[in-house]
Formats: sequence, C-alpha cells, structure tokens
Amino acid sequence: MASTDLVHAHAAPQGFIRKYIFSLDHKVIGLQYYFLALIAVFTGMFLSLLMRIHLIWPTAQLPLVGEIKPETYLGLLTMHGTIMVFFVLTTAPQSGFGNYFLPIQIGAPDMAFPVLNMLSFWTTFVAFVVLISAFFVGGGAPLHGWTGYAPLSALPNAGPGQQLGADLWITSIAIFCVASLMGALNFITTTLDLRAKGMTLMRMPLTVWAWFITAILGLLAFGVLLSAGILLLLDRNLGTSFYVPLVVVNGQVMGHRGGSPLLWQHLFWFFGHPEVYIAILPGMGVASQLISTFSRKPIFGYRAMVYALMAIGFMGFMVWGHHMFMSGMSPYSAFAFSLMTMAIGVPSAIKTFNWLGTIWGGKVRLYSPMLFAIGFVSLFVSGGLSGPFLAQPVLDIPLHDTYFVVGHFHLIMGVAAIFGIFAATYYWFPKMFGRKMNETLAKVHFFVTLLGTYAIFMPMHYLGMAGQTRRYSQFTEVAYQTKLIPLQTFMTYAAFVTIAVQLVFLFNLFWSMKKGEKASDNPWEATTLEWTTATPPPHDNFGGRTPVVNHGPYEYSVPGAARDYTMQTDPATAPVD
Amino acid sequence: MADVAVEQHGVAAAYEPSLFGTYSKKIGMWLFLLSDSLTFGALLYAYSYGRISTPNWPTPFHSESIRNATLMTAFLLTSSLTMVLAVRASVFGKGKAVRGWLLATMACGTAFVILHGHEWSNLIAEGLTLPVFPAVPGHEASKEFANVSRTVPQFPATFFGLTGMHMLHVTLGVIYLGIVALRKKFIPILLGLWLVAWLATPSYSPFHYGAHVLLLAAIAASVIVFLKPKVYDSSDVEVAGLYWHFVDLVWMFIFPLVYLMSTRIL
Repeated sequence: MASTDLVHAHAAPQGFIRKYIFSLDHKVIGLQYYFLALIAVFTGMFLSLLMRIHLIWPTAQLPLVGEIKPETYLGLLTMHGTIMVFFVLTTAPQSGFGNYFLPIQIGAPDMAFPVLNMLSFWTTFVAFVVLISAFFVGGGAPLHGWTGYAPLSALPNAGPGQQLGADLWITSIAIFCVASLMGALNFITTTLDLRAKGMTLMRMPLTVWAWFITAILGLLAFGVLLSAGILLLLDRNLGTSFYVPLVVVNGQVMGHRGGSPLLWQHLFWFFGHPEVYIAILPGMGVASQLISTFSRKPIFGYRAMVYALMAIGFMGFMVWGHHMFMSGMSPYSAFAFSLMTMAIGVPSAIKTFNWLGTIWGGKVRLYSPMLFAIGFVSLFVSGGLSGPFLAQPVLDIPLHDTYFVVGHFHLIMGVAAIFGIFAATYYWFPKMFGRKMNETLAKVHFFVTLLGTYAIFMPMHYLGMAGQTRRYSQFTEVAYQTKLIPLQTFMTYAAFVTIAVQLVFLFNLFWSMKKGEKASDNPWEATTLEWTTATPPPHDNFGGRTPVVNHGPYEYSVPGAARDYTMQTDPATAPVD
Repeated sequence: MADVAVEQHGVAAAYEPSLFGTYSKKIGMWLFLLSDSLTFGALLYAYSYGRISTPNWPTPFHSESIRNATLMTAFLLTSSLTMVLAVRASVFGKGKAVRGWLLATMACGTAFVILHGHEWSNLIAEGLTLPVFPAVPGHEASKEFANVSRTVPQFPATFFGLTGMHMLHVTLGVIYLGIVALRKKFIPILLGLWLVAWLATPSYSPFHYGAHVLLLAAIAASVIVFLKPKVYDSSDVEVAGLYWHFVDLVWMFIFPLVYLMSTRIL
C-alpha cells in the first residue's frame, strides 16, 4: 500500500457523481451542508417576510399565496422556526463549516468515518425535503410552532395543518435527529483520534473546541428528541396517549386519556435548550478565532475560553425547565432552574470579556469577517442581557407569551448565530474558493444588516412589555394592541431593507466565486493549519503529508519574532507554552 | 467505516495518540451507545412519568407471561455469552469459530424476537391492545386485560412502546451480526426471512406490517455492503459485540420495570 493510502483511506474520486454528489470528501460534504443551509435560510426568510407583511396588512392579496388566513400564518410560523433552527442554525455553522474545517484545523486527512459523513448529509437532505413537502399536502403546514406542543401536535383533528402536515413535520425531525447523531459521533471521534502530531488538546483552535463541544451536546440531546418524536408519532397514529389527557375537540370527546402534555415539554426542552447552544457555540468559536486574528493578538484567556465553553455546554443540560415556568411547576423547581439559568451568565460573560480583552490594545484590522465577528459579540450581548430577565419566574410569567421572548431569542440565537455564519463565510471563502469576496459589498451588507436586525428585534422588547402577544396573526381586533401597530409597521419596513441587503450577500457570494480577487494561501496572515495548505485544499487536505504542530493556535505579535504571526507549523525555535 | 483509523495503526507516528487509546470504530460505537442510552432513557422516563401520574397502576401479568419473559431473558443472556465467545475466537483469528458463535448469537436473538412476538399476539388476543390494533378474530378477550386497555391506556401504550423499541433494536442487532458474519450472502437470507415473516403472520397482526422492517434493513444493508465491500476483522466483531451487550443491558431494565413490577402477585 502506498504511503499516501496509509494516511488517506479513500482514493480521490473520479466521476462527477462520486466527486460532487455522493462524495466522501469532508470538504465537499461541508459545502453541500452549507448550500443546503443557504437554500433553507432564504426559504425561512421568505416565510418571515410573508408573516411581517401579514401583520401590518392583514387583508392584503399577496402574489403566490393570496390572502393569508390565521391558520396559514401559524403554518408559516411553524415552518419558519423549524427551518431556521434545524436546517440553518444547526446545519450551517456545525455541519457545514465544522465538516469543512475541523479535519483541516487538526491536521487530519478526512473525518474518521467518511461513509457515515456522506450518509449524514443525505439523511439531512431527506429530512429537509420531507419538511418542505408539508406545505404541499392537504391541510398544509402544521400549526404547532417549532416546539410542537402537545396536545395540539398530537391530535390530527385539532386543526387543518395537524393532519398529514404534522406527521411529515415529526418524521422530518426524527430523520434529522438520526442525521445529527451520525454527524456528532463523527465529529467527536475525529477530534479524539485524528489530531496531527503536536496538536494537543490545548493547542486546538477555539473553533475546533466549539465544534467538539457542540457535537457532544448534539449527541446527548438529539437522542432524547428522537424518543419524544417517536412517542408523538405513536400518539398520532397508534392511538396511544403519552401526551394527551382526556380532551374534547370541537365538542367531540377524543379517545385519549391519562397522558400528560408536560411530558412532551420535558422531553422537548431537554433537547431544546442544548439545541440553543448547538446553534450558538460554533459562532462563539468563530468569533474567538477571528477576533484574535484580526486584532493581531493572542486570544485573551485561551484556557478560560475552553473551560467556559465546557461550562456552558454542561450547564445547558440543566436549565430546560426555564422554558416551562408557565406550566405551573413547583416553585422549588422553578427556583433551581432559575438559579442555574442565571449561573450560565457567568461563563457567557467570561467569553464576552475575553473577546473585548482581545480587541483591547490590538492592531485591529477591520475587514468584513472581523466586522461580523464584532457584530456577533454585539448581538450576543444585546440578546443575552434580556436573558436574566426571563430566567426569573416572576418576570418570565408576564413576558413569556409576548414579543419580548421573540426579540430575545432572535437576537441571541437567531441573528447572532447568523452573524457567526456570515463571519465564517467571509473569513474562509478565500480558502474554499481561492478568491476573496468583494469587500465593499461586504461592508454594505454588514452595516445594513446590523442596523436592520436591531431595528427589527429591539422594538419587540417594548412590544412585549406593552403586552403584545406572540403567535397572534392579527392585532387589529383588540383595542390595546392596535395602538402598537405603528411599531410593527416600522419593523416590517426594517425587515424589507434587511432582507433586500441579503440579496447583495447572495450576489457577492456567487459573483466572487467566479470574478473575485484572487487570494493567496494565507490572505489574512492567520496561524491555524488550514492556511498552511494549498487553496483550495487537495483531496487529502495536505497533499500526502501530515503537518507537525509546534505552536498554539493564536501566537500573534510574539515579541522577537520576525513577523507578527507564528504559524502553528512553524519550527519551534522559541520555547513555547 | 473507520477506515482512516484502522489505517492509522500504520502511521501512528504522524498523529497524537488517541485519547482513549483505542481505535476510532470502537469510540464511535461507544458514542452511539451513549446517545442510544439517552433515547431509551427518555422512553423509560416517559414510562415512569405515566406510571407515577396514574393512580391504581394495574398489575395484570399472569405467571404465564412471566414464564415466557423469563425464557426470553434466558435466551438473551445466553446470546451475550455466545457473543463473548465470538469476540474471543476473533481475537485468536479463528474465522470458522467466529462465524459459528455469531450464528449462535443470532439464533438466540431470533428466538427472543419470536417468543416476544408470540407474547404480543397472545396479549393482543386477550385484550391488552392499542386502539388501532384490530381485534383478533375467533378469540375471546379476557375481561381484565380489556378493562386495563380501556381504563389505563398508558399501560398498553408504555408496554408496546418500550418493548417494541427494544424488539426493533434486537432485530437490527441480529441483522448487524448477520452482515458481520456472512457479508453480502446474508442479504438474500434476510429477504427470505422478510417474506416468511410477512406471509406467515395473519393480516390483523402488527407483525404483518412490522415485518417490512426486515425489507428496509435489507435495502440499507445492501447500500452499506455496496459502499464498504470489505472483509470484517476482529475489531468489527468486537464493536458489534458492544452493541449486542448494550441491547441486553437495556432489557435488564425493561424486564423488571415492565414485567416484574406489573405482575399480579405484587
């Protein structure tokens, strides 16, 4: 067996299908995930646009969809949330960029299980197709929101979308769970087993740490959602009553009895809260990497950053009850969940201060990836500050079913994670495609998006405190809510602008692939392993050799060094660590 | 699947030593079992939730059910022993003995599934049933079981949910071992089993439709064998063994919780 075969398990594929469609190469699979997420994010964004239009012009005749009825609005809401949470926030930062760059950043030729990697992408793809198909079946998309609360989700006759549409929704989620489990165990095994010589755990880039810990969260969380989904399918199709008590729907007594809707809430949020961190941790990793690189300074408190990631991941499993303060839980449980939730603020604050400490006094280069990384920190703080409010049962109960919560999680989990994806896209685009993205368009994209998202989501906090309820399709019928419509109108106009500027990003992405300025192998003068290899990286990442690592990931501006960055593979001249 | 890791033995010097000092496939399987234990954990949680929140949880199982379940347990425990012997034979490179012990393990697993299916059919005929299972023709439902199904639907729901999920795991385990032992030669056997299971079960039985799991598994196995056409070595036997023992371990939770704690004498 030739030596290259020893390092790399599978030969470079020949035909188009094995090279670009059913590829085993983690880089191709990463791009497949990325483009799937790109399709998903524009789909989800289009749905949110329809919702925003409906909120201020409830009777408008829209092209393509006509007048949006209340049940259509709830269907849009469900599908927007599900697509965004599962197929964008979970798929792009973790499965997309993680797949592409985790093996390269640790010096591995590929993932530990390439076939499993391919299967996990195609399973995700099937899940996406099944989810989208819910739009086109009789009754349309389900009404129960992305959280799928029982008994609404468990009773097929509870509403028009609750028939086949809801079955498809649950099936899609179950398939997605299986795909995520395959991906997660692949990520963990790769990180444990395939680190190049010298890549000790404490020399791993913080992106790798973030992907690694996210994978552990996924491994532990998705298995529970899978069970919850199976039981929900049984309730719907085999007549069991896990989640359904004795209920009357439209004057008709259902055959169920004895079940508990709270069981679904427990199982769902045991998954659901770690899921929030699955969405945001990769963004934290990217922000750490970029802020260090573009400030030309080592990351402030590398070890603290690693331990904070671990603490957030660990505590993330103990706070699911804060989504259920409304369920009438014992005040003692609520107190414990509340305390633990506020304690998560500590590692989060450690990360934030370390990011600021890294920028402080650095020679900051404000390229577009850095702008988006700073935007990430900004949104993380703005969205995070409303967290301690909602962590307290006494404040959560009046705020919970209002726009306050919508504003909170869109800022911290939605848009912050999206900014992480944008930052990663602008940063790694030169490595993936050999060209840089247009910097002017990128800056326009950044400033409009940052201001636009604040304009959309900040007012939601005021709406919530004023008592505007979430998930209502129309506010024109209730006197006190009509007074708030001008603010909703402002948010819709802000959404028009913000969505329009995303088309600039899309144009920049595809235009730069063909026409962008050619990039060198290390355009940002960064230190990690992906910048030591060719652009784009060859099939086995390092052209038949395995890199030897001598330095930590963020050795910038080392005193006495010839240049202001020391690559991880540079010879170990000065004593390190 | 862990081709990179297996090859890695040859170029170990190029990499940091693995954190757990073992090959990737084994770590991958342990991770899968970790996540699967949470999947079963959620089901057991749902069972406990239902049981605790239901006043007067019924305890209808007769000694007949318990005898049957004990026999099933014996088969499953024996299969763990034969699995250990298969792993041991594979370490010493005795290919024939490996295959023999794997087939013995599969036989025990199959006996477990068949006994379990028999038990399900009897219970359904006696009236412990889910709303969608059709009534068994020519059978008089016992008053007690029918009463349990009507008044505490949580009982049959958790019973069929938990044991069904476990039975699915055992079935997939038998197929997994079959692929390890016989490679692509197992696929026609599997298709044969599917036809037998489908045709031999009456149309009112849940196993009539459940048999299609075998067809789906045969399709999935064909894809995997097509993608990874290789001879399995001792590491594959060991990893398959991990899965098999885990499925046994799960039964050690389900048997007392679902059967023994719901026996009439208690």
